[in-house]
Amino acid sequence: MEKLRYERPVIKKLNTGFLSKFGTRTEYVPVTHIDDNAVEDLVKEFGSPLFVLSESRIRENFQRANRAFKTRYPRVQFAWSYKTNYLNAICNVFHSEGSWAEVVSGFEYNKALHNGVPGDKIIFNGPDKTDEDLISAIKNNSLIHIDHLDELYRLIELSEEVKKKPRVSIRINMDTGVYPMWDRFGFNYENGQAWDALMKIVTSQKMELTGLHSHIGTFMLTKDAYGIAAMKLATLALKIKKELKKNIMYIDLGGGFASTNTLHGSYYQGKDISPSFDDYAEAISTQILKSGISPEELPLLILETGRALIDDAGYLIGSVLANKRLSDGRRATIMDFGVNILFTSFWYAHKISPAQDFSHYTEDTVLYGPLCMNIDVIRESCTLPPLKKGDQVVVHTVGAYNMTQWMQFIAMRPNVVLIDTKGKSHLIREKESLEYLMQKEKMPEHLKGFKL
Amino acid sequence: MNNKLLTFIFILLPPMPTLKIKTDIAISDTGFVFIPSTGDSFSVNPMGAELINLIKQGKQVDDIKKKILSSYTIDPATFEKDYYDFVRQLKQYNLLTEK
Ligand SMILES: Cc1ncc(COP(=O)(O)O)c(C=O)c1O
Repeated sequence: MEKLRYERPVIKKLNTGFLSKFGTRTEYVPVTHIDDNAVEDLVKEFGSPLFVLSESRIRENFQRANRAFKTRYPRVQFAWSYKTNYLNAICNVFHSEGSWAEVVSGFEYNKALHNGVPGDKIIFNGPDKTDEDLISAIKNNSLIHIDHLDELYRLIELSEEVKKKPRVSIRINMDTGVYPMWDRFGFNYENGQAWDALMKIVTSQKMELTGLHSHIGTFMLTKDAYGIAAMKLATLALKIKKELKKNIMYIDLGGGFASTNTLHGSYYQGKDISPSFDDYAEAISTQILKSGISPEELPLLILETGRALIDDAGYLIGSVLANKRLSDGRRATIMDFGVNILFTSFWYAHKISPAQDFSHYTEDTVLYGPLCMNIDVIRESCTLPPLKKGDQVVVHTVGAYNMTQWMQFIAMRPNVVLIDTKGKSHLIREKESLEYLMQKEKMPEHLKGFKL
Repeated sequence: MNNKLLTFIFILLPPMPTLKIKTDIAISDTGFVFIPSTGDSFSVNPMGAELINLIKQGKQVDDIKKKILSSYTIDPATFEKDYYDFVRQLKQYNLLTEK
């Protein structure tokens, strides 16, 4: 007699008249394949946990975003925000779609150069640029976005040393009706700081003013805030033209478009409330087009979109290490990935699907990572079928920030695979080894060797 | 799994007292469990229902184990872990008493 398929016994207390705040979630729809690659086969070949990125999805996202803007505004340029995911293969997918690079440190800057991005197509943001970084950016004609007055004055000095005019823009922070307002970066619009900085740049005659930049926040769920930012920058561009007799080359609205993730504590699913590229594009282009800038002088519109272009192209495959029952009766499942590699679980209630078929019975479970640390919680509560040791799950929408903010803490970072547009898998970052980790360590002579 | 290890696991487990399920418990075909005396309701999956029915019939753990292992593709260690976890939950919900 052929044996039946076993499923762990499950009993769940029903609370009548008391619907779960998350309503009916169908997280137990299994995801057995990613871009035609069986999850099981990927784990066999590359191990678990494993990050998987879909090249097709990245390109689709990019093309959708590009179309949304280009059909509404004549001149649009995306610049890939390196910190979102700076694995070289990923950067090159964006560059091959036409993206420039947006970087916020010397190391990212050099990575962009290494990838072959021409210097004048690299936007250098952020408060931390060393003299060395600035000199290299000046020499390469890169677009330097000044964050503070100390940098502005330093650039004047460096331009004299290098005997070359830096191409600069300033970062502008402003009230767009969104709380909390990000005012720690750049110069304030409302109190006139931004104008003073622009005056200084123009009157110094040591720098070439190329554009205006803002990045109003991240995971912005209101498109209208971008409309306000666009309107304020366009107004400033007109004032520069009128009073300083300069045409600026571009307006850069930064990044910050929301991905389809769900923020912790959000009543609604991210995919139901995040504005689309079309929504953002409409809000932005409408404001610039009606600002009064003449059609021949419309500035290039630059976007440094990060997470919205890559988040849903990234998956994390993981495996169940163990099941537990907590003292209060809740089920807990320990996975082989934790906050060490899934940093974004601090902000998002990531959607998690089983990677094999189950019946429709589910359990609420706490999902823990493998770290011997109390903070290692991936989901406080997640509805999943009765998983057993060795079963696999797929965590969705992990493409942004995880492969840059991951920590080498207790465990090592796993393999990262890119599935190309034909469905072929490529290892794009090899998992770390002990040798790799110890490469930079040095042992003082007197501590070499001991007796126990 | 090798037998020595299994024996070892078994030795670690305390001897199980006879379990007695609440007599008024009713399970529907869809896995809906209702306790008329308290008004509590639960949902169980088919394996859960099967185990409750076996316990209700007064079957002891060894018999239950034999029966499940012969009908399902599952190794003894995994089933044992699941069984004791399930029983503990039944107790927590006051569906089961020890005699
Ligand atoms: C200056 C700048 N541009 C672009 C981005 C990308 O943002 P996002 O991933 O939210 O689109 C960031 C991220 O914080 C940023 O600081």
